[in-house]
Parts: sequence; structure tokens; C-alpha cells
Amino acid sequence: MTRWLPKTYLTLVYVLLYLPILVLVVFSFNSSRTGYRWGGLSLEWYQSLFNNHAMVQAMWNSLWLALVAATVSTVIGALTALALHRYRFRGKRMLRGMLFVVMMSPEIVLAISLLALFLLVGLQLGFVSLLLAHVTFCLPFVVITVMARLSGFDESLPEAARDLGANDFTMTRTVLIPVIMPALLAGWLLGFTLSLDDVVVSTFVSGPSYEILPLRIYSMVRVGLKPEVNALGTLLLVFSLTMLMLSQWILTRSKR
Amino acid sequence: MHRVLQQPFKTAVLVLVWGWLLLLVLTPNLLVVGASMMTRDPGTFLSLPLNLDSYRQLFDPLYLDVFLSSLYMAGVTTFFCLLIGYPFAWALSGLGKQRQTLLIFLLIVPFWTNSLVRTYALKLLLATNGLINNVLMGAGIIDEPLKMLYTEGAVIIGLVYLLLPFMILPLYSVFDDLRQELLMASHDLGAGKLSTFLHVTIPLTLPGVLAGVMLVLLPAMGLFFVADILGGSRNLLVGNVIKNQFLDARDWPFGAAASILLTVAMAVLLFAHKLSQRRLGEEAPT
Repeated sequence: MTRWLPKTYLTLVYVLLYLPILVLVVFSFNSSRTGYRWGGLSLEWYQSLFNNHAMVQAMWNSLWLALVAATVSTVIGALTALALHRYRFRGKRMLRGMLFVVMMSPEIVLAISLLALFLLVGLQLGFVSLLLAHVTFCLPFVVITVMARLSGFDESLPEAARDLGANDFTMTRTVLIPVIMPALLAGWLLGFTLSLDDVVVSTFVSGPSYEILPLRIYSMVRVGLKPEVNALGTLLLVFSLTMLMLSQWILTRSKR
Repeated sequence: MHRVLQQPFKTAVLVLVWGWLLLLVLTPNLLVVGASMMTRDPGTFLSLPLNLDSYRQLFDPLYLDVFLSSLYMAGVTTFFCLLIGYPFAWALSGLGKQRQTLLIFLLIVPFWTNSLVRTYALKLLLATNGLINNVLMGAGIIDEPLKMLYTEGAVIIGLVYLLLPFMILPLYSVFDDLRQELLMASHDLGAGKLSTFLHVTIPLTLPGVLAGVMLVLLPAMGLFFVADILGGSRNLLVGNVIKNQFLDARDWPFGAAASILLTVAMAVLLFAHKLSQRRLGEEAPT
């Protein structure tokens, strides 16, 4: 095959992949109200975004939710990965199986099952229900990330630490945690992003009292085009990109 | 077995993990199975007696239509993802290692950015007075705007756009594992390029194809917001039906039955995936 063909093809797909994003970013600086024609450079949509109190509130709610959900799922996920890696116990296969099911099953199935549970036990829909749901769908991703790191872990290290007189607590703090730290950070960032991005599950398990960003965007873009969403989308893009760079940096640095 | 961490710690961890999964994964799923067999009740959502009416309702022409069109859109989406993704993964695996890493990074960047915002961004392109129509009319190629938004095609474009990386990543991983010696051996044994492709490359990348199909086909039926934003009121996905039954129509048993349909579809695909892996494992031990 000619050598330029694959490269041209790859380039074409990347152009298509990034075109909508590029258009969004460019249009976020467009002063025209209709949103389709170029009316000159302007920051007015960013301004109107930050003057929108409900929007800013939803933004904070989302960030807080993502922060807590990522942290809780990282703690539980890391412990799960550790248990799967080191212990032999009954139902280990079933535990793996359940995590796999969570990851593979369509989001909407998880969403309605959680909604059914919350209504059955009488849990008020709001921050807590969102948190429980987000931790649940982030969990398998953290487990996989940490497991991958643990599988390359030199087992003689904890043994050596013990031989040198470290107790379990010291060993965990000085050997184990530093070793899995990059995976913990990467898992945390992944959880944070998944939580911030989720529409499907949140639609079902959020109540009227606690509004989060994706749902606010959803109700805005269902009808027509909203220039504020261009600005918001651009901000989210920059934010996610920063997070992604951060996680890549952590992962590549830790390999050395 | 490593006795690095002590027994009480192990117990605590296992209780926490099992507790979470039993309470928030197993119980809710059983609840949905139960709900699907109960009777609709506008007040309490669910009531007795138990019956299979909801499953019968799935075959009601009205809903059967939606399911089939959703399956069709998901099928076309999967087809296009495969059509674009297979050569993509192939071309990618032929590049230098460093460039591959960079390109994979560029591929997952969109995955890390809000899917709703990206769906909305497509709307900017596809709208009647959107960018594509503006450019085409400005260039004199068309005289009046094409109707692209709120069509079946728009939903499919949206789904392909969102789900393409999920097809490419498993494909890339099988192409990456594909050992060059096998291709060379095939060549040495007299097989031409086409023959090698048909008899070596395709069978060896089949698990990746199936994994990709699994990661695209099912979500494609559930992503109700894509149909909502790009498809208008007529181009519905199974996800829209489930959402409407739970949040608007309040017919929980039917919504639950529809979601069990998706779960069963997932189980079938998982089984096929496992089967293909096992079969390949026997034929080409690595």
C-alpha cells in the first residue's frame, strides 16, 4: 500500500473528531446572538455565564459532587483492588463479576435500578443519592487502574520492609501507598471526570433540590442553541484537558 | 498468600466492598427484575399481582417499532464505527511507538470532555442555519439548506461521534498484539496480501471487533440525550422509552421490562465475546 494513504486517513478522522469541538470554542467568542453567523470577537457569553446565579451554583454543586465521589470511590476502589490482589476469599470471582457487570451494563440500567432502590428505602433524592450512584459507577474504573499497578508490584518490597522491622501500618504507609500512588491519582482523576460528565445516571437519581451542571446543560440545549453553552463547553474542555494532562504527566513520570 | 496486612483489616475491607456491591448493585438489579413483573400503579409506582404483562407490552406494535428503529440506529452506528475504526486501528498500529502514544492520547481527549457538550457542538454544525449549510450555500453547492438536524441520520452521526473511541481502543489493542511474525509466516507460505488479511488478520482481530461491537451497540441504544438533542421527537432510542416510562409516564413495570431487554442483549453479546476468545485461544495459542 502507498505510504501516504494511512496517514491521510488518520488525519481525516482526527479532523472530523475535533471539528465540532473547534467550532464550539470559536463560536464561544462570537458576539452574534443567533450563534450561527460570525459577529465579531466578544466575551459576552462568558460574562453572562458567570452572572447566571443558578448556573454558577450548579457548577459548584457539580465540582463538589465530583470531588467527593472521586475521593470515596478511590478509597473503596483501592481497598477492593488490594483485597482482590492479596487475599483469597470466598466469592472472589463473584466480586470481580459484579464489578465487570457494573462497567459493562448500559448506564441507564444502573440508573433505574438505583432509582428503584432509593425510592424503596425512602432516601430523599439529592446530593446523597447522586453521590451513592456516582461512586458506584466510578468504582470499577478505580479498581482496574489500581489493579494494573499492583500487578507489576514487586512482592519482595513489603517482605523486605517487614524483615527490616516495619509493622503493617508502617509498611502500608511507606511502601505500599507510595507504590500505588500514581494509580490512585489516575483513578481519582478518572472518577472525577466521569462524575462531572455523567448525564444518564444523574437524570434519574437527582432531585429538584440539588441541581448539577450536566443536567442544567441538558435542559438548556434540548431546545435551540444557547451561546452560553458554547462558553461553558469551552471552559469544561479546558478544565478536562488540564486534568487529563495532569494524569498523563503523573503516569509517565511514575514509570521512570 | 501474603499475610502482609492483618486479619481485622482484611475483614473490614471485605465487609465494606461486599456491602457496597450487594446494596448498590445486586439488590437494585433484583428490584428491577421484580418491578418488571409487577403491575403498574400511578400512586405507588408498583403494585401486585405479579404478571408478565409488561413483557407482552414490549411486543405492542407501537413499542416494537421504537425498539426496532433503535436497534436499527444502533446497528448502523456500530457498522460505521467498525467501518471507520478498523482501518483506523490498522493504520495506527503501523506507525512508530511514540506517535501511536500521542495519537491514542488525542483519541481519548474527546472522551474526557463532556459528552453532552460535544453532542450540542454537533448541533452547531448540523442545524438548518448551521455551519455546514452555511458553508455549502456560501460555496454555491446547494441553493437551500439541507435538513440534517432532527433526523435519524443526525442521531446516528451523534452516536458514531460519541462512541467511535470505544470501537477503536479494543481494535487498536488487538492490532497492537498482532504479531508480525504470523503475517510474515503467512507470506512465506505463499499467501498473498489479501489472503493473509482474510485468513490471518481478520480472525486474529475478531475478539477486538466483538469487544468494540459490545462497547458501541448497547450504549447506542441507551444514550437518550443524543436522540433528544439531535433526533427530535420522532427518532427515539430504547433509552428514551425507559426514561419516559420512569420519569414521565410512571409505568415502572414496563420501563423495567425494557431495561431487562437491554441487559439480556448485553448477556448475549458477552457470551459471544467469551466464545470467540475461547475459540481463538484454541486455534492460536500465544
